[in-house]
Amino acid sequence: MKIGLFVPCYVDALYPEVGVSTYRLLKSLGLDVEYPERQTCCGQPMGNAGFEHQAIPLAKKFDELFRPYDYVVAPSASCAAYVRCFHPHLLGKKAEDCEAAGKTTDLVEFLHDIIKVKELPARFPHKVSVHNSCHGVRELGLSSPSERNVPKFNKIIDLLQLVEGIEVVEPERPDECCGFGGMFAVEEQAVSARMGLEKLNRHIATGAEYITGPDSSCLMHMQGVAEKQGIRDIQFIHVAQILSAGL
Amino acid sequence: MSTQHSKAAEQYLQHDAVVKRHDNTFFGVRQKRDRMAQALPEWEDLREAADRIKKHTTTHLADYLEEFEKNAMANGVHVHWAEDAEEYNRIVHDILTAHKVKKVVKSKSMLTEECHLNEHLEKAGIDVVETDLGERILQMMKLAPSHIVMPALHVHREEIGDTFRKLIPDFDEIARNYGQAHDDPNDPTFLTYVARMHLRQQFAEADAGMTGANFGIAATGDVVVCTNEGNADMSTSLPRLHIVSMGIEKLIPDYQAMGVFQRLLARCGTGQETTVYTSHFRGPRPGGEMHIVLVDNGRSSIIGNAEHWQTLKCMRCGACMNTCPVYRRSAGYSYTYFIPGPIGINLGMLRNPRKYHDNVSACSLCCSCDNVCPVKVDLSTQIYRWRQELDSLGQADSMKKTMSRGMSFLYNHPALYTFALRCSSMANWFGALMNSKKVNPWAYGHRMMKFPKKSFHQLWKEKKL
Repeated sequence: MKIGLFVPCYVDALYPEVGVSTYRLLKSLGLDVEYPERQTCCGQPMGNAGFEHQAIPLAKKFDELFRPYDYVVAPSASCAAYVRCFHPHLLGKKAEDCEAAGKTTDLVEFLHDIIKVKELPARFPHKVSVHNSCHGVRELGLSSPSERNVPKFNKIIDLLQLVEGIEVVEPERPDECCGFGGMFAVEEQAVSARMGLEKLNRHIATGAEYITGPDSSCLMHMQGVAEKQGIRDIQFIHVAQILSAGL
Repeated sequence: MSTQHSKAAEQYLQHDAVVKRHDNTFFGVRQKRDRMAQALPEWEDLREAADRIKKHTTTHLADYLEEFEKNAMANGVHVHWAEDAEEYNRIVHDILTAHKVKKVVKSKSMLTEECHLNEHLEKAGIDVVETDLGERILQMMKLAPSHIVMPALHVHREEIGDTFRKLIPDFDEIARNYGQAHDDPNDPTFLTYVARMHLRQQFAEADAGMTGANFGIAATGDVVVCTNEGNADMSTSLPRLHIVSMGIEKLIPDYQAMGVFQRLLARCGTGQETTVYTSHFRGPRPGGEMHIVLVDNGRSSIIGNAEHWQTLKCMRCGACMNTCPVYRRSAGYSYTYFIPGPIGINLGMLRNPRKYHDNVSACSLCCSCDNVCPVKVDLSTQIYRWRQELDSLGQADSMKKTMSRGMSFLYNHPALYTFALRCSSMANWFGALMNSKKVNPWAYGHRMMKFPKKSFHQLWKEKKL
């Protein structure tokens, strides 16, 4: 099984440690992982802002670049969701004809559903509050959406429970949006900041030491809000970093 | 980089306690709805059925409308067709004039809001009295609804008490007859009593009653109206003339379909198993007259819109507003269209994209609305699509456009992208500048992030993984 590692643009630039953790984790599972160097961005920032045509060439390149791989794995639920849910439309194809869409997964679902990881050597003796990001929940199905009457599940928590010493909790309103939303955060600054602060406070109220999630974008947003407000009660860490702790 | 919605929301957010109360109130309604949804094992099947029925009806609307008209006429109802708001207002006015109506009592109808019927009739000297409690409060305060199901939930009882004392002429007399002791002059039970007595007088004096329609049933010609206050029944039981205003999308095929929607509407809207009153009107009362005005006002042209026709499935339960994190924190008046929240953003764009594009920003694309919607309208996807159309409408924000173009250029040139990554940590040198919200819109709510010394790209190249 050949894995193409997709490290989305902002993770590449701001959170290289998340990419490194993902790579080490996949390698530790004995997988054949490559990182195609000419990758950049999935196009989501432009699409969500209303300039989808600027994302089309990126979707084409993405499809070509990752053609040699059986799976594309990204430590970012939102970017993986954009490829899966929007690239077929961008390329004027049906979902089943868009190769990348069918094989692009977020790290959590890849480990949970494809590799079906049952044990991890990681140890993380801390209390963590899980941030269920919107696209992870409602586009990729990483957990059961609170709006729906479906059996309850949470793949992020399933994986975190494999880590030794960890205590996992969820905040109140466990899948309410944190208010990032890409360009939304700068266009609707006031609402976005308010949503971020409320979400942050709900995470802090759990008594957790860390907020963790599959999307660095939500974490970046909440961390930025916390620092602006001088809130130092909680730290931020990507799920990949916990799952690979000690590697 | 801002829209009318974002500016209005920023103003609204200055009042912390008000925002907190608004958010908690509507999230509470969402939670009541969740409990209802969880209590029915067949919930998702019901949504699926409702979606299919609405799709079927919408794509066969002409046939069902004719069937409905035929059956309603056979029941002795006068059926009228209005192509737009103007024709609708004229039809209603003509019926009222022919019956020499001086006062009309109305139960809740968003369609009359859409067509500005009240203003039209008031200009013609007809006294229009809203009888839904929330709508009556707003009418007295000269305010618009801030939500389609709970239109005055944002108004506090102190304001309601003040309004009643000022504008209900026999307030003191009603208050004297209230038998129970209450220390608080704005005691909710007391104020409700005042409203009830005041409205009873209105029902008794009215020459005509108007209702909206939650559903029109093609197979029988019936109109179904759901209320919690019984005011639709009072509006139609006292006056001899009953006029129903119904958007053509309210049609469903038969009573089997009604069974599906009856189970969904109140559960989604207010978290009740059913509304307190579900009234079925089949024909005029003895000696009375019943009219149904079927209103198009742009709806039929939406059927042909491949990307947006599914908004016609909406049955106006308001669940998308209650779950919307942006609506809950910006409230109804921040939106420029009279229907706020996710469905309002879409309906406004369908009404007039040049006029109502400012609401398209009010969505973080969290997709919660798609999942609460009982008829599975893909609200967030439709908002995403509208964003794609703003540029061709000449309404795209220029700063967003520049940023997007810049990003696209960078991402389409991998060598340049890699070079930019190498330089990115230089941004850290401009800390003060990057944390000025004048220069960097991100700095409004955030402290600027620090770029690491090396990107993932560089670490990979240097084999430092």
